[in-house]
Amino acid sequence: MAAPASAYKDRQFLAVIGDEDSVTGLLLAGIGHVTQPPDSQKNFLVVDSKTDNAAIEEAFERFTSERKDIGILLINQHIAERIRHRVDTYTSAFPALLEIPSKDHPYDPEKDSVLRRVRRLFGE
Amino acid sequence: MSGATNREAVFPTRQSLGLMKTKLKGAQTGHDLLKRKSEALTKRFREITRRIDEAKRKMGRVMQIAAFSLAEVTYAVGGDIGYQVQESAKSARFRLRTKQENVSGVFLPAFESYTTDGNNDFGLTGLGKGGQQVQRCRETYARAVETLVELASLQTAFVILDEVIKVVNRRVNAIEHVIIPRTENTIKYINSELDELDREEFFRLKKVQGKKQRDTAKQDAEMKARREKAEKAGKAEDDKENSGGGDILGEQDDTDVIF
Repeated sequence: MAAPASAYKDRQFLAVIGDEDSVTGLLLAGIGHVTQPPDSQKNFLVVDSKTDNAAIEEAFERFTSERKDIGILLINQHIAERIRHRVDTYTSAFPALLEIPSKDHPYDPEKDSVLRRVRRLFGE
Repeated sequence: MSGATNREAVFPTRQSLGLMKTKLKGAQTGHDLLKRKSEALTKRFREITRRIDEAKRKMGRVMQIAAFSLAEVTYAVGGDIGYQVQESAKSARFRLRTKQENVSGVFLPAFESYTTDGNNDFGLTGLGKGGQQVQRCRETYARAVETLVELASLQTAFVILDEVIKVVNRRVNAIEHVIIPRTENTIKYINSELDELDREEFFRLKKVQGKKQRDTAKQDAEMKARREKAEKAGKAEDDKENSGGGDILGEQDDTDVIF
């Protein structure tokens, strides 16, 4: 059933996994947050062609399961494509996973995990 | 018989019949209520999916505009500001708040964005040149993020509703296809057993009655016979007494005494 209030009460940040431009833009909007010095965790990850998939998966794992203060995880669609199996099997309500378009990769609704579920439900 | 297997293990008594009838009524009421709940949720669900579809398309446009304004910044500043921005990000200015909405007993969380004041990590970005573009870009992205937050709340509601609807539908189907037929079967079984008992009882009573009737008939016959015999004997005596003046030799025929 619905998640208890405690599951999302403290979630007040957004997290980003994206290419440099998307991350820069979103940080300019003011979503960037770095936790207190001892562990200094950032809530964003810049992915370029040199970043390997294991690092993306690790960040994905950290933002979705370990950190309890993230309410929305934004991920560029072309990066979600690289860890598609993880994104598709992610079904929790919190944090909400949102695939966003990037500058170089226009948005394709066919690939979105949620929209695909919508389509499947309506039998299209 | 399928009814023999698909029923609850109860003794066929009137008490359990009453219990089963109450249970059936309860199951039917519950089924109606759950069905209505499921319909209300599905209605809401469809509305949300439609809005998600719209919001996703809107997001595509908004993000495109935002990316364009960032390109403007890069052009105006004359270099990449990515590194500088990433390093100076310290504390989130743009944060989320969650609130709840109640749809037929299901709590749907919704995100709400707010900005904390007096917290500016990028005060020096674009100080040399392009400050205006940076400012505009920030505003554009802030609007884009608001759209994203809206979309995220819709999506969360979608995920939760999806789950809840599945659970409710499973319950509706379980009641409709398992619990109600089984209870009906049990009631049928108890009724048939009770009827059987009734018939047995009736038959037994008839038997008893028949036996009693036979017994009384026999007794009656005996009594009658005895009475007749007694009457005969009495008559004979009477005859004897009366015969003093009568015909002793017995002109008239005596009736034969037949037992």
